[in-house]
Amino acid sequence: MVTIYIDHKPYTVNPGKNLLETCLTLGFDLPYFCWHPALGSVGACRQCAIKMFRDGDDKQGRLVMSCMEPVANNQRISIMDPMAVDFREGVIEWLMTNHPHDCAVCDEGGSCHLQDMTVMTGHAYRRFTFKKRTHVNQDLGPFINHEMNRCIQCYRCVRFYKDYAGGEDLDVFASKSNVYFGRSEPGILESEFSGNLSEVCPTGVFTDKTLKQHYTRKWDLTMAPTICQHCSLGCNIIAGERYGDLRMIANRYHGEINGYFICDRGRFGYEFVNSPNRILQPQHMGQPIDSDKAINEISELIKQSNVIGIGSPRASLESNYALKKLVGDSNFYKGVSKQEQALTELAVSILKEGTVRTPSMKETEKADAVFILGEDLTNTAPMLALAVRQSVKQQPMQEVNKLAVPEWNDAAAREIIQDKKGPLFVATVAETKLDTIASKTFRAAPQDIARLGFAVANLIDSSAPNLSNLSEEEKTLAELIAKSLLASERPVIISGTSCQSDSVLKAAANVASALQKRNKNTGIVLTLPECNSVGLSVMGGLALHDAFEKVKNSKADAVIILENDLYRHGSAKVVDAFLSKCKSVIVIDHSQHATTTKGQWLIPAGTFAEADGTLVNNEGRAQRFFQVYEKANVKESWRWLSSIGSAAGNAIMQPWKNFDSITAALSQEEKNFNGIEKVSLSADFRMHDGQRVPREPHRYSGRTSMLANVAVSEPKPPEDLDSGMSYTMEGTRALPPSSMIPFFWSPGWNSVQSVNKYQEEVGAALRGGDPGIRLFEASGKQSSYFTNVPEKFKPVENKLWGVPIHHIFGSEELSAKGAAVSNRVPLPYLLLSKEDAAKLKLTEGEAIEFEIDEQGFKLPVKLCATISTGVAGLPVGLPGLSFIELSSWGVIRSLK
Amino acid sequence: MLSIVRSLWLVFLHMFHKRETVQYPEQKNKLTTRWRGRIVLTRDPDMGERCVGCYLCAAACPVDCISLQATEDENGRRYPEFFRINFSRCIFCGYCEEACPTYAIQLIPDFEMAEYNRQNLVYEKTELLIDGPGKYPGYNYYKVAGLAIGGKGKGEAENELPPIDVKSLIP
Ligand code: SF4
Ligand code: SF4
Ligand code: SF4
Ligand code: SF4
Ligand code: FES
Repeated sequence: MVTIYIDHKPYTVNPGKNLLETCLTLGFDLPYFCWHPALGSVGACRQCAIKMFRDGDDKQGRLVMSCMEPVANNQRISIMDPMAVDFREGVIEWLMTNHPHDCAVCDEGGSCHLQDMTVMTGHAYRRFTFKKRTHVNQDLGPFINHEMNRCIQCYRCVRFYKDYAGGEDLDVFASKSNVYFGRSEPGILESEFSGNLSEVCPTGVFTDKTLKQHYTRKWDLTMAPTICQHCSLGCNIIAGERYGDLRMIANRYHGEINGYFICDRGRFGYEFVNSPNRILQPQHMGQPIDSDKAINEISELIKQSNVIGIGSPRASLESNYALKKLVGDSNFYKGVSKQEQALTELAVSILKEGTVRTPSMKETEKADAVFILGEDLTNTAPMLALAVRQSVKQQPMQEVNKLAVPEWNDAAAREIIQDKKGPLFVATVAETKLDTIASKTFRAAPQDIARLGFAVANLIDSSAPNLSNLSEEEKTLAELIAKSLLASERPVIISGTSCQSDSVLKAAANVASALQKRNKNTGIVLTLPECNSVGLSVMGGLALHDAFEKVKNSKADAVIILENDLYRHGSAKVVDAFLSKCKSVIVIDHSQHATTTKGQWLIPAGTFAEADGTLVNNEGRAQRFFQVYEKANVKESWRWLSSIGSAAGNAIMQPWKNFDSITAALSQEEKNFNGIEKVSLSADFRMHDGQRVPREPHRYSGRTSMLANVAVSEPKPPEDLDSGMSYTMEGTRALPPSSMIPFFWSPGWNSVQSVNKYQEEVGAALRGGDPGIRLFEASGKQSSYFTNVPEKFKPVENKLWGVPIHHIFGSEELSAKGAAVSNRVPLPYLLLSKEDAAKLKLTEGEAIEFEIDEQGFKLPVKLCATISTGVAGLPVGLPGLSFIELSSWGVIRSLK
Repeated sequence: MLSIVRSLWLVFLHMFHKRETVQYPEQKNKLTTRWRGRIVLTRDPDMGERCVGCYLCAAACPVDCISLQATEDENGRRYPEFFRINFSRCIFCGYCEEACPTYAIQLIPDFEMAEYNRQNLVYEKTELLIDGPGKYPGYNYYKVAGLAIGGKGKGEAENELPPIDVKSLIP
């Protein structure tokens, strides 16, 4: 710790940071534009000027850019020095010379960093009388709106998009005050992280286009902290509602997981909540029915039948648990295919019982060597791909450190790094977006990816299983990978369930355990199919397949299906047979899908926006999501289930009153979930001033008018039984606990940049610690290596080995239902190697007919230069493609 | 004792003063244009809706009696999809007018809004929107804003240069 003097007052601060960060951490309001906590400093905007003095006697001082000056002991600076204050006001005045008169029609307004900084510096009157330069906008696709006139040339957008996220299609054009930030021609922004531009850009140049469709100012949103439901990483987000619709998703800073960013699936995938295909009323045989009546009739029905319950990896722990208790432990099924179940269980056992710890995403960013087996991260766990993009900067960063250049000095660091990259090895079925930054890529069938992994493990530790007949090329690659991993300080092995191969997971586990023996800092990261796959797996239960068997053998005649489209987990034939054999089918879900059309009973579950719950992410971190707003007739699945249970006289469920009582029961009854009630604060929690945490900002408008068209007397606002938050603006003005931050705001800081005020130190953990609890750490129980090395993949004449291909937009069920994302969903195709296509005399786009998993398909062919011959990639979950149990052989039927 | 007599005397003298009481409604007071009464939404000189749906009036309103939803036409011009004022709550403070960056919302010298049913005090855009610019003739927000709308492209607003050519490197 060192001492610095700010306006003559001493402060003890951390060395190694720059003065801007330090001042912000100390709580000073110092304006800035081009610096971003995740992007570092470039000193371009000149907004953060302060005075710096040589020593105590120096009265003159000199202006410096605080973002470019490292903290030093006994440093004397002044923020309030008149010259510095004047300079900062002048900078804003210059920036404003060309700024359009747009605030009233600008979507950034009210959460605009430029507005905040203008007010902060005191610039109020325009003296510049000349004309303003203008720009033509571009159509950037369904996610991002472009309004270039508002640009202040801070360069944050391109620094994020290109340097941080590796995008290639956004750049800066033209010169001097004419600089233009956009694409070389209008078109969809290609990066999967483009949505972050709306938060990174301090002005209204890049804004959320989906929010624009139903525009609402930040101050008018009812917001709550929630968790992204669109992949297994569990990024923290804020969801905002107005007039009964979900209006936007924003990033919610989490120091260990998503940091300052989220992916586009997470940001724009929310629209399914507003879809006309929602189930909003209990229905019986297609007819609406009163909620109480539905509860009573269903409780009667389950008393009279042998009922089984099918859970879901996209439903909360509480909902799955309530179902389990309603139908009885032995009648609870996990609702995923046999294969998905086996893979998830394997992955969880590697994380839980293996020897290697799973690092958080933040730690993965800091890895200095990464080996990816079988995962196309950009499409299966997008934010992890962004973390990997940062990891390749780690090894070159050592050079930066050697030259004593601080890492936050972004321009200098990049100058030193040039295009050097640390070791990253990507072994996947087909091309991935990470290939361009990889040291080496490897394209093969999953079996061969696993074999490469086994080979690497064996090279690192010879007691790991050995394998023969590797090709020369594979051998050299394995040696290179082993060498790089061994040479690194913090290696991370990444794999997952997406290529549907247990061998790949086992190989990844072997590499990690072998490495762990040599280097205790090794990490293994596994991605899973859905947002609560880990939670459901830890809870236990049989596979969907067993439920089918049970009904087939007439051991059960009624089924409750919880937030699950069975047609995504079993083939149509099997699911049809199952559903028609069941006498009663009760479906609890929020959106219509193939399974709901077969349900006699439909119960309207809340989406994440209308529900409280807990999810367990891929690192085993249990995280609470909070309800954003109340919707008539819609309730959490667990609430429906416990009402049905109570009505049916279920003794365990009768005392369940709210979220707390059900989590308490879960914590007590299931040893794997001991302590889960500590994930969030209880519903009785009140701030030190005795108040709740308000979901609405203090300037929320329209309270006495928004419903006045229905009835002029305001209705009583809904009461939150499940948390210490209020659904109104009534409540504390103090900083809420880190697990229940409904929005970031601080006096003078209306934009998301106010997050600085919520952190212990800029860029570090949230005050009071980052939320969520890890349920488990690698126990080391399973310390032996996996032994069954798969056989080398051999193509078979007239057959294709079908492997799954994932798409960020389309492969995930819920996000694909929304308007903006559905625009980006590709049409189904079959990915084929050029050689195979030539053999079959097929060209790009021509249809191929084949049979796989007992189903026939006719799909256009997409050619791929790198996929192995004999292997065919089948996109997962795209509209028009049914569930296919992969990986398996497909038979080519006829051609043309 | 003396003060009571004095008060009686003063009251007595008032009988000979000019009457302040007006025989309303037969007789009407003249109100100035700045008088803060019933609220209207105005149009700009070319008869387009002035309100751009910026929500500033709603945010400024101390009793939160304004609600609206912004939307835009096919050419990007913003306007309110609905605009509602609950006059049973309004305190006629005029903050909304002060906050409005487009002169759209204006308080006018009319206070005769009494209703038997409170529900009738909820005014929608149909009741609020008038066919003229109200107190501020001449001002047209979209003529000064940088946003392009139908009939006004980039660089065509007041005090704007034509859009730059990104391919030009001329200093
Ligand atoms: S577009 Fe936004 S982020 Fe990019 S330079 Fe302009 S103001 Fe900065
Ligand atoms: S990476 Fe996954 S959890 Fe994070 S925002 Fe994207 S879809 Fe959501
Ligand atoms: S006059 Fe005052 S109370 Fe009435 S609508 Fe305007 S701001 Fe609200
Ligand atoms: S302040 Fe003016 S422009 Fe903005 S919403 Fe209100 S009336 Fe419309
Ligand atoms: S923030 Fe320091 S120069 Fe831009």
